[in-house]
Amino acid sequence: MSAVADKYKQLQQLGVEVFSVSVDSHFVHKMWNDHELTKMVDGGVPFHMLSDQAGNIGRAYGVYDEGQGIELRGRFIIDPDGVIQAMEVLTPPVGRKFAETVRQIQAFQLVRASKGTEATPAGWEPGEAVLKPGPDLVGNVWKVWKPHE
Amino acid sequence: MDEKPQGCARITGAVLGEERAEAPPVTQPVQGKGKEERMTARVGGKAPDFTAPAYHRGAFTNVQLSKSFGKWILLCFYPGDFTFV
Repeated sequence: MSAVADKYKQLQQLGVEVFSVSVDSHFVHKMWNDHELTKMVDGGVPFHMLSDQAGNIGRAYGVYDEGQGIELRGRFIIDPDGVIQAMEVLTPPVGRKFAETVRQIQAFQLVRASKGTEATPAGWEPGEAVLKPGPDLVGNVWKVWKPHE
Repeated sequence: MDEKPQGCARITGAVLGEERAEAPPVTQPVQGKGKEERMTARVGGKAPDFTAPAYHRGAFTNVQLSKSFGKWILLCFYPGDFTFV
């Protein structure tokens, strides 16, 4: 979570509200913030750290591991309508890549701003060409986009 | 995100819109649904609403997910505080 806290400004600029969730109590969240995360991130964790000690929220999102009593690394991008646009779930030993989360948020924001008239091809980065799905594009994607490298 | 007095009870997160036998929901359920219709997250579907106690910049608060609808939200679960990754 320190990786997200460190890059929080970038998410703020994109108008994204961040919530972290684990089965630890909010009291432990405070201790973790005060004693460790403040040493990694200036000013400590800037977003709300939620407590889900009974795993109720984790179960609703399919990330609660009953055997271990913990929550898996689940990351959900929720749009302004409250609809989940993306999810990624990893087992504990592998961390997420923050830059990919930002890229996906930017892509979903672009698609939303275009009211669904634009789509982003594989590997799209902000500033690169987008696709405009329609009759003319059918069978012609190769003219506007190629899977480089 | 209301500030609430902090007791010693082991309060926890609660999914809204789900009927529960024990522990009254922290707020009014958003919709009354039976257990068999329990909300499960999937892409393209509505994010299950919930409330949860939280820590934020020196204060203890209570967060309800749907109060942030209207903005983009990044919701991140992780295995536990003081773990290594």
